[in-house]
Formats: sequence, C-alpha cells, structure tokens
Amino acid sequence: MIAILKYNAGNVCSVAFALRRLGVDAVVTDDVVVLGGADKIIFPGVGAAGAAMAYLREKRLDEVICSFQKPLLGICLGMQLMCSFSAEGNVDCLDIFSQKVRRFDDGECLQHVGWNQIKQLSSPLFKGIAEDEYQYFVHGYYAEISARTIAVTNYENAFSAALQRDNFYGVQFHPEKSGPVGQRILQNFLSL
Amino acid sequence: MGLTKRLIACLDVKDGRTVKGVQFESLRDMGDPVALAGYYTEAGIDELVFLDISATNERRKTLTGLVKRIAREINIPFTVGGGISSIADVDALLEFGADKVSVNTAAINDQSLIENLSKRFGSQCVVVAIDAKQTADDWLVYKNGGTVATKIPVTSWVKTAQDLGAGEILLTAINNDGTKSGFANELYNSISPYLRIPVIASGGAGNAQHFAEVFTQGNADAALAAGIFHNRMLGVPALKQFLLTQNIPVRI
Repeated sequence: MIAILKYNAGNVCSVAFALRRLGVDAVVTDDVVVLGGADKIIFPGVGAAGAAMAYLREKRLDEVICSFQKPLLGICLGMQLMCSFSAEGNVDCLDIFSQKVRRFDDGECLQHVGWNQIKQLSSPLFKGIAEDEYQYFVHGYYAEISARTIAVTNYENAFSAALQRDNFYGVQFHPEKSGPVGQRILQNFLSL
Repeated sequence: MGLTKRLIACLDVKDGRTVKGVQFESLRDMGDPVALAGYYTEAGIDELVFLDISATNERRKTLTGLVKRIAREINIPFTVGGGISSIADVDALLEFGADKVSVNTAAINDQSLIENLSKRFGSQCVVVAIDAKQTADDWLVYKNGGTVATKIPVTSWVKTAQDLGAGEILLTAINNDGTKSGFANELYNSISPYLRIPVIASGGAGNAQHFAEVFTQGNADAALAAGIFHNRMLGVPALKQFLLTQNIPVRI
C-alpha cells in the first residue's frame, strides 16, 4: 500500500492523480498507524516550513516519518522539511538530511519558478533518466549541496535538486507535474 | 540552458466549451476542453491555464467537475481561474486537482484576498491575472472580464499584487487580444524592473516570431496563447524548435 501523507501544507490531489495514471490507488492519510504500515510513503508539500513543522509535531507525524524503514519520498517542501533546519521561519526540521535550507537571495526574496535541468544524477531514483532533463520547480528556498545530493540544479547558485540517505529520498522539483520524465521518476520510486 | 521560458496554452471556457474571442468579444467555439488539454500536454506545452470566463459576470462558481476531468489527464502545472473570491473557492479547486489559482476582479475589489490566499496556500499557488487596456496616456487595469474600467495604472497594481504575496502575474493586453499582431512588448518590458516574480504575457500571439520578441524585447518569463494554438496555426513542437534557433531556452 502506497500512502500519501496528508497535512496542512500539502496539495495531495496532484500526487494522487499522478499515481493513478501509473495504475496505483494511493491512500491519502494522516493516520500514524496507517502510515506506519505502508509499503511506501510520499510526503508532498507546498507552503511555509514553520507552520508545516508545527503541525507535523503536533500530530506526531514527525516520528512516523523519521522512523519509517521503507522508501519514503519527500517532494518540494516535503524534501526541505527532511533537512536539519529551514531559514523559512528559522525552524528546526526533521534532520534526516544534515544540510540546511537557505533562501535564494539577491537582497529580495527570489522565486525559482519553471522548468529547469537536473544534472549529476546518481541514484536508482533516476534509472533511465538522461542528464539535463527538465523538471518543474516552484520554490524560493533551497537545500545546500552535500554528500547526500543525488541531483544538482543551477539557478542563482547550484543546489540539491534531489537527496537520498538510505531509504529516504527527496526531490525539490515536482515529478507529478513534470511530464513523461517526472512520471518515470515516480515509477522508479514505486519500483524501489 | 538552465531555467527555461515557458509556453502556456489557455483554455477560455464558457458553458463547458472552449471559446475564443477577439478583444474579449465575439466568442467562437474551439472545442472540448478536456480533449484540448490532452492534446497540448502530448504536444509538449509547459503549462495549462483554464479560465471560466463566464464565471464572474454570471456569478457562477467555476466548473469543478470539468477541472477534475482535466487534472486527471495532464501531468503539467495547471492553473484555474474564474469567479474565485474566497479561501473556500480555492480549497475546492485544489481538491479537484488545480495546482494554482488565478484571481482577477475579486482581488481588485478586495486586495486582502491576495494576502489571505498566499498565507493560506503559499505564494506559488496565487497567480494574479490582470486585464490591461492602453488609454491615451497609460495602461490601465480593467475588471469584470475587461468590461469595467478602473483608474489603476498597471505598474502600480503589479507592484501591489507582488507585495501582497502574488506568486506570478498573468498580464493580458486587451488591445492585442485576438489580433494576432504580436504581444504588447513595451508593456511587459516596462513592468519587469519592478518585479521579482514571473510575468506571463498574454494577448496578441500570431506567429513564432511574436513569442521570440516577447521573451527578448518584452522580458517576459512565460507567454500564453489560445487561438493560435487551438486552430493549429502554430504547433508547440515547431514553436519550440524555432525558439531554440533564436537562443531562447525552452524545454524539449
């Protein structure tokens, strides 16, 4: 059973539709027991990090995520919340990935919106995906590059387009909204 | 190549059918929106916008059933607009598969709508659509589907919208709409110094060169078109190939 984690910062519908196009009927839930028993969890998210972290802690969803032993995929804000700290609201996050989340900064808050290329791909998540393929991004904060980085994208600076540590995966882009290439990445996750 | 320029197809929908007008009038039927959405996604369009153009005037809620049928089909970003005036409206649309919403008249009548929506759903979700008409001395904002003039200069409204939390600006030049004579490049270029959020140019696309011009001369981040795509005058793959020859980065 594939579970999509439902919380106060998710637009879960797009992810659910994308999985259905791949023939998978996912369960959308915030029930810690159901999530704990899932074969895989997708942790989506759009919105602000501070409010999202407070909600995850209040509902004890943070413990479910961090103790999950099977493949888990954070998308966009979901991936950022898996890092150690976010400058968006100056909030401590789940610390699955040790790097911090910073703001694209030229003195003003800059948004990275649109299709950009992913490079230096190094994970089973990208099986069959060529270097420099385009994915859809929409974010104003980014995760730094570290040893956990499995894909890099350049905007104002190079940043982690994707991260992996053991069974934990995160992508900054939206595979559910990124055409056939994004669909293949989701399929790769389902096949892990 | 890095971040690309985006090509967006717009489905203006009235009574469940795709329509297209000239300068917002004399609407013609352009087909089934669900079929068109699938066709554009296959062709490689970067994004889709769905506007229920009857919504504000006829005080109807956006056709959520149709939104869901389109959202199920397509795997690219999907913006929905038309008659949106509350958090509840947006909640419903996101529930049916929209990724972003566009607000227009309601945001002019009550600016706090932009702030409330961006706080609740995030800026990335809020596209502020603006219909602009060139008058003797300035580009002014029009509301209610381009039928009601305001005294607000476009430059001032885009800055306000950005400060209130808009994630993108969709700016339609009514003078150019449906004329196929090119985008209002000077309008887009004039607002770009004030904006750190993307601007989507709309109105006037007639050929591939017009798209190149709005990206280079107009400095737009994305270009939206309807009629020229619907009647298959210009195919998306051919347009993208042309833009690449002009050294304009696009997704292929």
